[in-house]
Amino acid sequence: MSVDIQTVKKVASLARIAISDDDAQRLAPELSNILGWIEQLGEVDTSSVQPMTAVIPNTLRLRDDVVTDGGVRDDVLANAPQAEHGFFAVPKVIE
Amino acid sequence: MVVSEMTMTDSTYRIQGATGEWEVVIGLEVHAQITSKAKLFSGASTEFGAEPNSQVSLVDAAMPGMLPVPNRECVRQAVRTGMAIDAQINKWSRFDRKNYFYADLPQGYQISQLYHPIVGEGVITVTLDEKDPNSATKEIGVERIHIEQDAGKLMHDQHPTRSYVDLNRSGVALMEIVSRPDMRSPQEAGAYVRKLRSILRYVGSCDGNMEEGSMRADVNVSVRKPGDEFGTRTETKNVNSVRFVMAVIEQEAQRQVDVLEAGGKIVQETRLYDPDRNETRSMRSKEDAHDYRYFPDPDLLPLELDDAFLEECRASLPELPDAKRARYEGELGLSAYNAAVLTAEHETARWFEELAAAGGDKVTAKAAANWLLSDLFGALNRLGKGVEDSPVSPKQGAELLALVADGTISNTLGKQVFEIMLETGQDAGTIVEERGLKQTSDTGAIEAEIAKVMAANEDKVAEYRGGKDKLFGFFVGQTMKAMAGKANPSVVNELLKKALG
Amino acid sequence: MTDLTDLGIAAIRDGVREGSFSAREVADAFIVKVAAAKELNAFLVETPDHALAAAKAADAARAAGETLKPLAGVPIGMKDLFCTKGVQTTAASHILEGFTPTYESTVSQNLWDAGAGMLGKLNMDQFAMGSSNETSAFGNVISPWRRSDGGNAPLAPGGSSGGSSAAVAARLCPGATGTDTGGSIRQPAAFVGISGIKPTYGRCSRWGTVAFASSLDQAGPMARDVRDCAIMLEAMAGFDPKDGTSLQLDVPNWEAALNPSLAGKKIGIPKEYRVDNMPAEIDALWQQGIEWMRDAGAEIVEVSLPHTKYALPAYYIIAPAEASSNLARYDGVRFGQRELPEGANLQDMYAATRAAGFGPEVKRRILIGTYVLSAGFYDAYFTQASKVRTLIAQDFDKAWEQCDYLLTPTAPSAAFALGEKSADPLAMYLNDVFTVPSSLAGLPAMSVPGGLDKQGLPLGLQVIGKALDEQGVLNASLALEQRAGFVARPEAWW
Ligand SMILES: [Mg+2]
Ligand SMILES: [Zn+2]
Repeated sequence: MSVDIQTVKKVASLARIAISDDDAQRLAPELSNILGWIEQLGEVDTSSVQPMTAVIPNTLRLRDDVVTDGGVRDDVLANAPQAEHGFFAVPKVIE
Repeated sequence: MVVSEMTMTDSTYRIQGATGEWEVVIGLEVHAQITSKAKLFSGASTEFGAEPNSQVSLVDAAMPGMLPVPNRECVRQAVRTGMAIDAQINKWSRFDRKNYFYADLPQGYQISQLYHPIVGEGVITVTLDEKDPNSATKEIGVERIHIEQDAGKLMHDQHPTRSYVDLNRSGVALMEIVSRPDMRSPQEAGAYVRKLRSILRYVGSCDGNMEEGSMRADVNVSVRKPGDEFGTRTETKNVNSVRFVMAVIEQEAQRQVDVLEAGGKIVQETRLYDPDRNETRSMRSKEDAHDYRYFPDPDLLPLELDDAFLEECRASLPELPDAKRARYEGELGLSAYNAAVLTAEHETARWFEELAAAGGDKVTAKAAANWLLSDLFGALNRLGKGVEDSPVSPKQGAELLALVADGTISNTLGKQVFEIMLETGQDAGTIVEERGLKQTSDTGAIEAEIAKVMAANEDKVAEYRGGKDKLFGFFVGQTMKAMAGKANPSVVNELLKKALG
Repeated sequence: MTDLTDLGIAAIRDGVREGSFSAREVADAFIVKVAAAKELNAFLVETPDHALAAAKAADAARAAGETLKPLAGVPIGMKDLFCTKGVQTTAASHILEGFTPTYESTVSQNLWDAGAGMLGKLNMDQFAMGSSNETSAFGNVISPWRRSDGGNAPLAPGGSSGGSSAAVAARLCPGATGTDTGGSIRQPAAFVGISGIKPTYGRCSRWGTVAFASSLDQAGPMARDVRDCAIMLEAMAGFDPKDGTSLQLDVPNWEAALNPSLAGKKIGIPKEYRVDNMPAEIDALWQQGIEWMRDAGAEIVEVSLPHTKYALPAYYIIAPAEASSNLARYDGVRFGQRELPEGANLQDMYAATRAAGFGPEVKRRILIGTYVLSAGFYDAYFTQASKVRTLIAQDFDKAWEQCDYLLTPTAPSAAFALGEKSADPLAMYLNDVFTVPSSLAGLPAMSVPGGLDKQGLPLGLQVIGKALDEQGVLNASLALEQRAGFVARPEAWW
């Protein structure tokens, strides 16, 4: 799969990583190269194979409906770049 | 603008456009908060209305290295809900991540279920005209119910240049109940949401409180010429009342007809409803907004349910509204209307059954139903209260009805006693006793009063005897008045007939 | 008196128990070594107080006649992927610079509960993405090893647990934690001549460890020998109800059951691991390993793992896909660095924060992961890779019908020079060719030093076992270790 600059920009935007035109120019052949290599997987006949769901046979454990957590606002906000009045603050969002 | 007019004949709802009739196609995705003490994947509380970020665990805040562990009760309630709508329960399901960036979504993904939901196809039967229980019913298909996390909350009005993030709701468990595009009118959609809410409350899986956001609907609307293929739909998000759901459909369908008739095209998009202006508007959508890159959440193994778990879910289901309604009509002999109204809300049915149980043999189901639906509901309406916070308990109501039934007090007195009960909270028996309101069947006392009434109204007695039958009521009224309302009306009738000849 | 930093975990533990020296003396010795080894850049944060407090507790317990905890008196290094309460945790990424967790990861807590102390947080490849420790935002770790050609080219300590490997090899700590997603314990262990084991997926809790690829990440110990690894793994492992993928199993007494005899055991040699362009020395070491296994009483059988060649491409879909999602939380809202250009809206802030905060390799993998999950590509890439992963696991299951363990080289080369492969991502990825398949299958696998190449650099051998058979893997590795008699160590130049 050859990835063009537009695709690189689109993917970077989906991933919320700002990239310059130069970055995109550099990344396009790099990603193409990696994706081209990955594509050899297409050779494998997997028509009768189930995708792996659990690496080691194990089932999901469920917990009891008990309040055991929360009430730790200071911990929650301790590392915030901007916290005000008990909230995280971000640039104003217009919905 | 195209002038159009909406008509509703039976279940056929059409929008009259310049180019002819249009049919509306509606599908609903209802997000219902699962009733649980703790969140879906963390031990933080779900209680409503707490201080910002005070009910947030490090898991809910998506701190590095935090992992989700699912709450059994949330799974159980989703399964019970599925069973209540006769849906397929998937013993093997799993959680997927829906990836997008937003400030109310700390992980950068919502844990949801796309590929393998816990509940598959089911059905909800709605009555098209709820005021007329004999009107036609319609089956609305439910495509699936899946479990997912709620997002946090953004506040935009606290600071001029900043939005504030409160994660108290982040991670609260939701069921997303996705209908088939089976509805064709705002009324059907309204009936569907009301019926769904009723079922959820019966099951106890959601409190159905739309004001607190416990239930929100994403409304998918498209229009087409009858018989045509489905048109392009729009999705109006987070509509939080039945009335608004219906309004959105009306507004959005009309808007789409206007666009199409003006030669335009409907864009598949997400819209928001503005109740103040009663209109929907496009959310500023990003190009990539719909590429959610779903994939199985690698932090969570597949969810496998065993037979014992499913058995417990089934065994714990209460009698559901449709079955209850049929039983009220069949076994209790209630009218179709009364049965429908009594069973529409779980709380009403519960109240009725407690009333009937407390009344035992002394009070008939019909009497109990009539009193509840007229006297009690009337009073609650006046007081602006719901049946769950009625000032009179079912036991007190039953005592009152028993006093009427055994003739201790008359119907009329019963109503007075009820008013006093509402004011004072006293029991009916106490009120009757203390205020001497007992009805009398003492023939001597009644005959004495009748004699006085006849003596005082000789002219009327003559008229009556001359054939003016209508005057009988006058004598009953006078006698009852003289007895201060406490005479047994049937005894009064009998003795008056005898005395007047 | 012996230099205490020459001692491994078992020797320190036993010495403290017997009173040959105090835990305080041990801690002091290592603290001095750590402080003097800045040139290696193995430590991002030094925490002498933590090590000293643990030492004090151990000495006090001994003085009080109490039974000492399993790791009492043993100071260790902690990979910076583990969140440590009150101590900066960055995953070697600028985006987490200054992040001070208010919580302790389960694995590190288990170690502290076992009596260990922390000398500091170890450098690593950023978010554990890399095989040379060159992707750290805080500079390369320099391997303590040098080629015997006298060229003094700085060498890669391997990755992603490069700070851990360098620190143990340079005797800055007797053991260190590592994490292994596709070989990040085993390859660096092989590069610096130490031992390291990745246990069965689910043995060690992932709670509180910065996630790279959730379905692959496993913590494990890196130490000087097999016994030390067994001791440390016993302390690290265990069921954790906070991790939904944690195995609900008791931790075996691996150390007590160590047994180098392989009588009656069958060792499988996977023929597909004879890759093109494998250096002759690696092949020779592998042959030597086979002989050692035979000598220990094992029968050698050739086995086939037919989908081996697809393991790396499958891994480079699954790991980046999971990572692209796992790393979405680094958005500058709740913790870590925020980049807020003038007039930026929320989404601009995300993009700027992540552009400034993530290094090039992390971005590359996020982009690949985003791409393979995006609309229209999901089935062709992610679903196909998940199916191939099933086939790879089935290959192993079939092999276990013929043998008990597999023996392979750990890496296709000895340590390379810094900068040698960093320009070519694919060449770097290929370094994990022998370690990735067992990661995809969640199997326990261990690297032990086998010998030196002609440049005087260590080479490792890998033993892969059945799920949950850490004991067998440790035993087979012990058999190799005893026969290899590896004693080489880098000469201190730092
Ligand atoms: Mg929706
Ligand atoms: Zn939803």
